[in-house]
Amino acid sequence: MRLAAPLAAAFIVLAGSAQGADASRGEQLYSRCAACHALAADRVGPRHCGLLGRRAGSVPGFFYTDEMKSSKLVWDEKTLDRFLAKPMAVVPGTSMTYDGVPTAQDRADLIAYLRKAGSAPECQRP
Amino acid sequence: MSFLTLATPAAARRLFLGQSGLMLSGAAIALLAGDDALAAKTQGGTATDIRILNTALGAELEAIAAYQLGAESKLLQKPMLDLAVTFQGHHKEHADVLASTVRKLGGKPVVAKAKYDFPVGQLTSQADVLQFAAKLEQGAVSAYLGAVPLFGNRDLAKAAASILGDEAMHWAVLRQALGEVPVPSAFMA
Repeated sequence: MRLAAPLAAAFIVLAGSAQGADASRGEQLYSRCAACHALAADRVGPRHCGLLGRRAGSVPGFFYTDEMKSSKLVWDEKTLDRFLAKPMAVVPGTSMTYDGVPTAQDRADLIAYLRKAGSAPECQRP
Repeated sequence: MSFLTLATPAAARRLFLGQSGLMLSGAAIALLAGDDALAAKTQGGTATDIRILNTALGAELEAIAAYQLGAESKLLQKPMLDLAVTFQGHHKEHADVLASTVRKLGGKPVVAKAKYDFPVGQLTSQADVLQFAAKLEQGAVSAYLGAVPLFGNRDLAKAAASILGDEAMHWAVLRQALGEVPVPSAFMA
């Protein structure tokens, strides 16, 4: 059972809760999102510039599912944490068909990066 | 052809070898797994499966456009240009089979956008183009990894995992071409 030790370590990590949020680590984790998202451009998913404080389903010109548009979510640390943990459980009709980010620390770091990125030059262009 | 065309991987292999003379890899055989009866049996999850497949299809169509941008940029020299065209061909195959499967399940496949918003201004060298492609491929691996557990039809999950494997190889080869460690970790997330 050579896998036993790494798997046990993984479960310990999964069970942990977020400590302090690290935006730099969040930037590294953001590479997981790169197939569908960018900061300043709409891709398969909507742009992330301006995400914190934005109403879900509200980027002009982006095609959202009806379920996302009617979710009444406003993206903040709390709603993003819930959504990123299990997107399809929080908004069952979302087109973000992704199982989720299971680790609380990873979610916290990602959200910290998204908040910080909102003030990056890339997000300040008209 | 779709994920759900043939009764068994063995049947897919026989048909392909018989009709086209092509040798199929294990991954390609997996793509052809599944059957209509199984699709009918999993109707409850079909709408979700269609949504997952369409999200994947949208990303594949974008990857095709990204490689087209790279190929036409005049920034890629051989053999990197050939590599990009080969990888684009794989994404076209993925997109074809995803679209076909969506139709087979009774859905409407998404189509390519008229225009993609790529960071063209940031692509000024071959390395920039390869880095851009590597990021997309890495993201695609994570996206498929996040989609595989969600399928109601386990044969679709297996087929998506087959695409994941192909895109992981793209990522590793691009990293190698960039002079980076090709496989940076034992696990993907």
